[in-house]
Amino acid sequence: MFPTPIEKLSKPANISYRVAIWVALIMWLLPLIAVMMTSARSAADINAGNYWGIPSEWRILENYVEVFAVTPMAQYLWNSIIITLPAVIGAVALSTLAGYALAKFKFKGNTLLFATFIAGNFVPFQILMIPVRDLTISTGLYDTATGLILFHVAFQAGFCTLFMRNFIVGLPDELIEAARVEGVSELRIFWNVVLPLVRPAIAALSVLIFTFIWNDYFWALVLVQSDEVRPITAGLSALKGQWLASWQLISAGSIVAALPPVILFFAMQKHFIAGLTLGATKG
Amino acid sequence: MQNLQSRQRQWMPIIFLAPALIMFVIYVIFPICQSLLLSLYEWDGLGEKTFIGLDNYAELFTDEQFWVSLRNNIYWMVLYMLAPPLGLAVALFLNQKVLGIRLVKAMFFFPFVISQVVVALVFSWFYDPSYGLLNIAITSLGFEPIAILTEEKWATFGIIAAGLWPQIAYCMILYLTGLNNLSPDQIEAARLDGAYGWKMLRHVILPQLRPATFIAIVVTVIGALRSFDLVATMTSGGPYGSSNVLAYFMYEQSIFNYRVGYGAAIATVLFIIMDIYIAYFLWRMLKSEKA
Repeated sequence: MFPTPIEKLSKPANISYRVAIWVALIMWLLPLIAVMMTSARSAADINAGNYWGIPSEWRILENYVEVFAVTPMAQYLWNSIIITLPAVIGAVALSTLAGYALAKFKFKGNTLLFATFIAGNFVPFQILMIPVRDLTISTGLYDTATGLILFHVAFQAGFCTLFMRNFIVGLPDELIEAARVEGVSELRIFWNVVLPLVRPAIAALSVLIFTFIWNDYFWALVLVQSDEVRPITAGLSALKGQWLASWQLISAGSIVAALPPVILFFAMQKHFIAGLTLGATKG
Repeated sequence: MQNLQSRQRQWMPIIFLAPALIMFVIYVIFPICQSLLLSLYEWDGLGEKTFIGLDNYAELFTDEQFWVSLRNNIYWMVLYMLAPPLGLAVALFLNQKVLGIRLVKAMFFFPFVISQVVVALVFSWFYDPSYGLLNIAITSLGFEPIAILTEEKWATFGIIAAGLWPQIAYCMILYLTGLNNLSPDQIEAARLDGAYGWKMLRHVILPQLRPATFIAIVVTVIGALRSFDLVATMTSGGPYGSSNVLAYFMYEQSIFNYRVGYGAAIATVLFIIMDIYIAYFLWRMLKSEKA
């Protein structure tokens, strides 16, 4: 263990450390705490410049009700859900299949394909922007959830395939070989042998790319334009333009937008971190 | 039977790969080629395309906005490099086993989980010239307030500071996991040899954290080059283009100015810069694969 465990040090050091971590945490999250406080303020407070003090009256419920009542926030939230969930399922499904092929079959071009998936995952979005936008327009999918979903599935397939392939490579070959000797068909091997073993990887990957897709802003700007389809990131940024003076509403909206990934992260912290650091244990 | 099976096995990887590969080719590989080609044309996005050879690039290299954006991207990359060491510092600070530490670690990670649009709003609020906390702090120390995001010389740095917030959190998590996997034997042995503190960190801990450092640097460079959300939400590249970066400059030219071919040329430059890092990453990854 490094640094030296604090329990081994003196009592004053121990106490001050235990206090220091919470002070540091509050400092670290100060900008976020301010937004949470603001989401509970009254308009009068904001106009008076009370941005950082204790709100003169707490309007938590009123502000959050108002943001849903006077802005299309509920619609944005719903749009984000119906874009993100199918995209996560699609990307994970495609990449589990592809990852298995790259991990457990020897064929010409295996490494090249693997490298292509990795490289594609790192390219700047701008090099894809115009052709993807044109393609989406010409197939009639501009300003539809389907257009965004298809792109996310395709793009995330790069990272996901890298991830699944690295996980499946570590699985023992013997199980698959044994099933082959028994004459089990390849599809059944995938379904009955491989799939149960990769469940933890699927969980980790799903949580991680859920946040990636949920937080996407660029493609929401490029492929979508109406309030009926806009996900919450683009919606929030549009609201900021329209409700410039109503910071309490923008703040409440920000908290609403941030909550789903935060809740998911808390609920599945172990999976999330496993997903994020899979590459960090090797390489 | 044997024959059928081996034939089946030959086709299987292709069938398994096909769906992902087809999608990837349509939405990633093919568009890259199209963009590279498009950068040789003059096009408003609707009408006829006119082939103009390398004229877009020639114009780009005399475009002041391009050099400002490129310079800002370099600022981003250089300053973003603070994220790995700072993330390591936070990770070392939090790598203890006291009551509530798991919660503290999780909450330190928050900035990375939330959308960059929210991060941008949070920081715009923090920088607010009249009532923002930053200016309250500055004025209480007796200095003049600064309108960070509306002053040409500060805007980029204000945005980079906002971007460092989630990036440090990301590096912190990478290092916390790395610290978890340290070999206790080596540390004990080094302690017996009288290594402690800085010396221990440098000669025993850091070498073991190399995989984490590698990933931290790669994601940080990519993050710096990809910077778009924060610039778009906080300043839209302003004031007077002073906080622009290549990613936003490209978007601006293609969507607002209808200069699609020119935009493609900007994207190509960004793509080439990024390729250096992608190639390095691939080389490292495939090398460790063979070992």
